[in-house]
Amino acid sequence: MTTPRAEDLADARTQSPPAEAVAVGGGGRGGRFAALGQGLQQLLAFGTLIALMIIFFIASPKFLTITNISSILLSTAVIGILAVGTTFVIITGGIDLSLGTAMTLCSVVVGLLLSNAGLPLPVGILGGLAMGALIGFINGFNVAILGLPPFIATLSMMLVCQGLALVLSGVKPIYFTGVEGFSKIALGEIIPRIPNAVLILFALALVAGIILRKTILGRMTYAIGSNEEATRLSGINTRRWVLAIYTLAGVATGIAGIVLAARLNSAQPQLGVGYELQAIAAVIIGGTSLLGGRGSILGTIIGALIMSVLINGLRILAIQTEWQTVVVGLVVLVAVFADNLRKRRAEGGGRH
Amino acid sequence: MKSYTKAAIAVTAALVMALTACGRGEDSGSGGGGGKGDLDIALVSKGFQHQFWQAVKSGAEEKAKELGVTMTFDGPASETEVDSQLQMLQAAIERQPDAIGYAALDPEACVPLLDQAKQADIPVVEFDAGCNSKVPVTICKTDSKVAGALAADHMAQLMGKKGKVAIVGHSQINSTGVERRDGFVEKMKSDYPDIQIVDIQYGDGDHLKSADIAKAMIAANPDLGGLYGTNEGSAIGIVDAVNELKLPAGKLTIVGFDSGQAQIDAINNGVMAGAITQDPMAIGRCTLESAVKATKGEKMDAVQDTGSFWYDKSNVSSDEIQPKLYK
Repeated sequence: MTTPRAEDLADARTQSPPAEAVAVGGGGRGGRFAALGQGLQQLLAFGTLIALMIIFFIASPKFLTITNISSILLSTAVIGILAVGTTFVIITGGIDLSLGTAMTLCSVVVGLLLSNAGLPLPVGILGGLAMGALIGFINGFNVAILGLPPFIATLSMMLVCQGLALVLSGVKPIYFTGVEGFSKIALGEIIPRIPNAVLILFALALVAGIILRKTILGRMTYAIGSNEEATRLSGINTRRWVLAIYTLAGVATGIAGIVLAARLNSAQPQLGVGYELQAIAAVIIGGTSLLGGRGSILGTIIGALIMSVLINGLRILAIQTEWQTVVVGLVVLVAVFADNLRKRRAEGGGRH
Repeated sequence: MKSYTKAAIAVTAALVMALTACGRGEDSGSGGGGGKGDLDIALVSKGFQHQFWQAVKSGAEEKAKELGVTMTFDGPASETEVDSQLQMLQAAIERQPDAIGYAALDPEACVPLLDQAKQADIPVVEFDAGCNSKVPVTICKTDSKVAGALAADHMAQLMGKKGKVAIVGHSQINSTGVERRDGFVEKMKSDYPDIQIVDIQYGDGDHLKSADIAKAMIAANPDLGGLYGTNEGSAIGIVDAVNELKLPAGKLTIVGFDSGQAQIDAINNGVMAGAITQDPMAIGRCTLESAVKATKGEKMDAVQDTGSFWYDKSNVSSDEIQPKLYK
């Protein structure tokens, strides 16, 4: 990481084009090293995915059928959407433990609006997204403005959401049986054989990828994660950007809540605990660093696919549930180890 | 200064949340009759959220009204919160009620507290799930092994006593999960040798997870004839899987457990063959009645099976089944 020179800082303050200022964090040799490392990690993750698929195909010819591939993609949708949103948060060096239950709360809100209040479909969808954005905004406010550690701030939010989902639903599932076309959001097939939930995941990933790589928001995400202090000293209001990033991740949580509710055709208030850890695991497997500053949406999608291919393959082979959990745990461990190894090498390289 | 203001705002917000939460909590706390001189019965449940526990509670309240006793009903937010349930049991003992009704989340953790209840001369009856203790005088519950065997009998008959079946369980630890599975497996092994159980996996009662498990089982076993889900979430997961794969209704014989609107719908539209339901209100009534008997030192059977019942399209709206469906 290059230290910003005084002239750069002065420039940034007077002219304040944020994109220029952040180039301080992203450019230079260190940046190229990081980019190379990132490409390598993605390649590694992609190779793992292909290797897994080949192994499972050899072990059971039933693995690689069109129906099963479609099942795998559908089972990736909810966790994948959560993972894409939270990739931003993790790149800033933060963490969001409220993902799972916040998603549940969003699905309950959609249920209240559509099933209980009988409002039109678009209102329900907007309500779910707004709830997600609100939760994200509060998380962002607690982290950026009140300065609470993300772990604790979002842990509290996780509990608040879990409780509120139960209170608002009256501790009962809310069914969408009477809501015309709602389950089509997840299970309809605009493209034959590919459930809409999967299309939503890929569309969201595309948009998120563009935001992360091509917009100021994306550059801010990396800059804050690399060195929040330096970014702030460059005259950038990092608090405002962190707030925006958490809010954006919250919107993704809202989308996940809608897709989940549509797939189950019901809002299940007791669901969702533990989903955040699966989403975070997918992000880490995809090569995004928990320490912040590094990561990609493509990696996250590959990570989420690795998780669901692995779980589906083990299930096809009728491996005991207990061992499935052990294997997934080990894969996360290996991913974190690989990240750590690469980081140490990069740091070593930087000093020479 | 500034950070003080922020902290104050945060604390105020937290307080407001906590207070509103309490306000809502209180009305669910107690029910039943009132007045001085009544017996005071404290029930500590495994939960209160699920409709099942709500039905247990209303059965107990009904009996409490009938017998003119006061009761409270408490339970943790989720069935994994062993610790907070023990605190509720502790609080119940300290209140010195005339009797305690208890459903154990963990069979070992409760032992010292039940000894404490004995020292305080508070008789204890159990419901739904027992504690490894000699203190309780009786337990009111569904015999889950009998219920699992009932599910196996019906599935075997529907499949012509031959074929492959798989089980989507909800827990490999929790006693209901284990017994509903074992009762089913043992019955199949002993009475239906031509039925083969090809796979047993666990989805924690999570609809989404259970659906993905069922889909993998169907993919792995193209000649699968039947699927058994050991609780509401597992059973609905199987139904979702079949719907997502667009398999024709009835191609697979699906047997569920417990009752809820989604299962009842699946039975009515033919996707699910039938399910086993319990009688939670009877559990509640039995528990309260036994607690009152225990205060008088009356002798009771160690285990009181409140029954399990098969329901399908033909009897789902009958007078016998309707009151046993907890939605």
